[in-house]
Amino acid sequence: MQSDSFQHPYIPNTPADREEMLKVIGVSSAEELFRDIPQGYSAPSLDIPQALPEMDLLRELQALGDENRHADQGPFFLGAGAYRHYIPAVVQAIVNRGEFLTAYTPYQPEVSQGTLQAAYEFQTMVGQILDMDVANAGMYDGASSFAEGALMACRIKRRYKVAYLDTVSPDYIDVLKTYTLPQGIEIYPVTANSTNLKRETACIVAQSPNFYGYIEPLENLIETAHSLDALAVIATDPFASVLFRPPGSYGADIVTAEGQPLGVPVSFGGPYVGLFTCKKEYVRQLPGRIVGKTVDSNIRTAYVLTLQTREQHIRREKATSNICTSTALIGLMTTVYSAILGKEGIKEVAQLCYQKSHYAASLIQQIPGYSLPLDGVFFQEFVVECPRSPSEINETLASKGIIGGLDISDRIHNGMLICVTEVNTRVEIEALVQALSDIGK
Amino acid sequence: MAAKNDKGNNELSLLMDQTVVGRRGIIMPASDVPVQPLPDPGLLRENLDLPEVSQPQVVRYFTQLSQLNYSIDTHFYPLGSCTMKYNPKINDVVAAIPGMSYLHPKTPEKFSQGALKVMYRLQSYLSEVTGMSATSLASMAGAQGELAGVLMIRAYHERNGDSHRKLMLIPDSAHGTNPASAAMGGFAVKAIPSDSNGNMDLGALKELVGSDLAGIMLTLPSTLGLFETDIVEICDVVHKAGGLVYGDGANMNAILGQLKLGDLGFDVVHINLHKTFSTPHGGGGPGAGPVSVAERLVPFLPLPTVVEKVDQDVAQYSLVKSDHSIGRLGAFHGNFGVLIRAYAYIRSLGADGLRQISRDAVINANYLLARLKESYDVSYDRLCMHEVVLSARRQKKNGVRGLDIAKRLLDYGFHAPTMYFPLIVDEALMVEPTESESKETLDAFIDAMLAIATESENIPETVRGAPYSTPVSRLDEAKAAREPDLRWQSR
Repeated sequence: MQSDSFQHPYIPNTPADREEMLKVIGVSSAEELFRDIPQGYSAPSLDIPQALPEMDLLRELQALGDENRHADQGPFFLGAGAYRHYIPAVVQAIVNRGEFLTAYTPYQPEVSQGTLQAAYEFQTMVGQILDMDVANAGMYDGASSFAEGALMACRIKRRYKVAYLDTVSPDYIDVLKTYTLPQGIEIYPVTANSTNLKRETACIVAQSPNFYGYIEPLENLIETAHSLDALAVIATDPFASVLFRPPGSYGADIVTAEGQPLGVPVSFGGPYVGLFTCKKEYVRQLPGRIVGKTVDSNIRTAYVLTLQTREQHIRREKATSNICTSTALIGLMTTVYSAILGKEGIKEVAQLCYQKSHYAASLIQQIPGYSLPLDGVFFQEFVVECPRSPSEINETLASKGIIGGLDISDRIHNGMLICVTEVNTRVEIEALVQALSDIGK
Repeated sequence: MAAKNDKGNNELSLLMDQTVVGRRGIIMPASDVPVQPLPDPGLLRENLDLPEVSQPQVVRYFTQLSQLNYSIDTHFYPLGSCTMKYNPKINDVVAAIPGMSYLHPKTPEKFSQGALKVMYRLQSYLSEVTGMSATSLASMAGAQGELAGVLMIRAYHERNGDSHRKLMLIPDSAHGTNPASAAMGGFAVKAIPSDSNGNMDLGALKELVGSDLAGIMLTLPSTLGLFETDIVEICDVVHKAGGLVYGDGANMNAILGQLKLGDLGFDVVHINLHKTFSTPHGGGGPGAGPVSVAERLVPFLPLPTVVEKVDQDVAQYSLVKSDHSIGRLGAFHGNFGVLIRAYAYIRSLGADGLRQISRDAVINANYLLARLKESYDVSYDRLCMHEVVLSARRQKKNGVRGLDIAKRLLDYGFHAPTMYFPLIVDEALMVEPTESESKETLDAFIDAMLAIATESENIPETVRGAPYSTPVSRLDEAKAAREPDLRWQSR
């Protein structure tokens, strides 16, 4: 055991420091400080590999990284909830600043104005992009945000049934179940044409663009919900909301989204940030942190965590949610990204996604054996019915260095969900089309 | 220079107010495909207002904002129960390796073996540190780990035909997330009082356990920074009554390699990687709250977990769903970018380093206690673990409250301790130094605390008006709540 001579770079205490401090404390050894641990339980074995110097650690992780086939290594067409977009260099540079990266939740506003004002900017950008009255400071991810939206509707209406459209991402539905069922909430499927809901339904929940990438015509369903005094909770995509009329414009009461497309690396699924917005009248039922503008004792503008009486550290079991640490830094990423893209840039990216994905779809549906089985308007993702199993097709594509779309044959016959964004070049799109065509023969 | 607002002081104007029509922060490439027709204009959005600002403006604005923050990179941040330790820079570097950060979550498993291997190993390390059978990394924060934990307890009882077990016991010193998570899991909550030594009141516990008991949620060491000396008996009482023991891992920094919660009989524990395992807190996340469980809860783990299959000496990793999983907590596999940092941290420290962390965290806290207990009240006269809970009871007599002392510390260049928590200590100031701080820093902090104690006697009004040297002074929080102004609005 090397404990007494082991000087790790992350730990400043030297043996001499420890000796001096133990003397002040009045004990003879560090072990004495652990004397309350019951006999027989202290100092267990710990089967963890020996410490690795930084240089070796980096090599190890680079080698592990090399075992992955990442999304920028060639033509790549997966989406299904995580979307590749170009991330301007400014975003990472700002987010890597230690003053943002290594601060805690801004409980002391006097020394946290940076985090707080940035969060206020986040709430502004999210409100603008999703076209809703108010946004909170962010949730864990799009799926948990969506589930919390349903819970919020149940709280507002004091009703415990949730109707969902079956075109919502199955991953989102899984999270919805995890969050709602234990609280005795019943969830049941409906279609966009439903003109009736079960009695005591708190809300309808839907996604547009839906899991298949298509804009969901929700006006009628939302109207039906409202006529029965139920709310509409809609998950959307921030870029789809830039190009298409956002759900709030046709009556949604709570709108959530995955914030990842706004400048956040796909990073094998997280960390992302859930966007969460609602109509003004429901602000006091919001889950999560909210930052508000106020003044200090010298009447200077300043920002502070507010409406905290909703939250767990005050309300405990009666809180609107248990959420505490969320994803402030990822919220900052989306804020810097939105600022850098700005009013015109964000529309250009949305247009590029639309243009390129529609170009890809128009070519693919001309290939014999392939078709687009769904009607309607899609944004950047669409379903292709393949001449044979998508998993087989993906194997062949992979051998040509192309990562194809997601196999959704469990939902649509030989269905493949293909995503094209602004980062896919025409050359990549045409390589995919050529390969699909060769496979189809 | 970022625009100053109309009052001409150092407030940084909001981006929407800095907008000048025509400015932009980046140029996107022109489309390289033939023009595609747009759908019916009725479907399209008409107006969207976002800032129009240049790239240098954006960089300077956010850089200046960042400089208004205290952070662990710039200041001692002794925020109790938050474990604000050094966040190693190499961890940010490895998380940004393209093979990791550009890896899409739906990538076929055979093309994501490197990432799955990292997750599998981290699961093993966390199971080892906690002394548990298995771990899921899916939960995206501590509170979500708590939710996962209580849902597993619920599923376990339901599967045993014990769905009437709906009572969750929680000590009165617990974090607010504990009762909030239990409520989200569909449980009724009762508080267990603490005794005069800061331990859980065992007698009260015995009276509360019954046939409706689902489990107990406790933090070890407790949120008072004290080791629960009756812990073996507590676990025994709960188990005998048919309940399960949930461990809140918020205070894990005290016991790495010193004690395994699994050995004590804990059934489930969540670990805050953004505390104990050094991942940056980011001003309020992202975090990660993996859950480690004893054998009987393994079938209920949240989705997904990573398994290893060795075939002809080649290991293959895949994502699986436990038999009776409580389900998904997020769309994908958890906060991978956080997980990989924690993995790198554990690899950097090794078993001996992890042990040393807890040893030094506990030495540092006891050193603060020893040198501050003459000037500040301490509710329980005993050694502490990794954090010390002081009380400003004595200073209150001069009209100086815990809040005032916390704010005055900001003027001395230290972040404030956690205030008014745990709720059961009057005027609580909870100080957690972590192993990252040197004796010199601790001595400087002690000097500041002693100076403030003297100020509280001699010039209490000065302490009450603090802080003076910060970018803003005390805020009107009542106004913020009364007239919520939550975003920029066009005037």
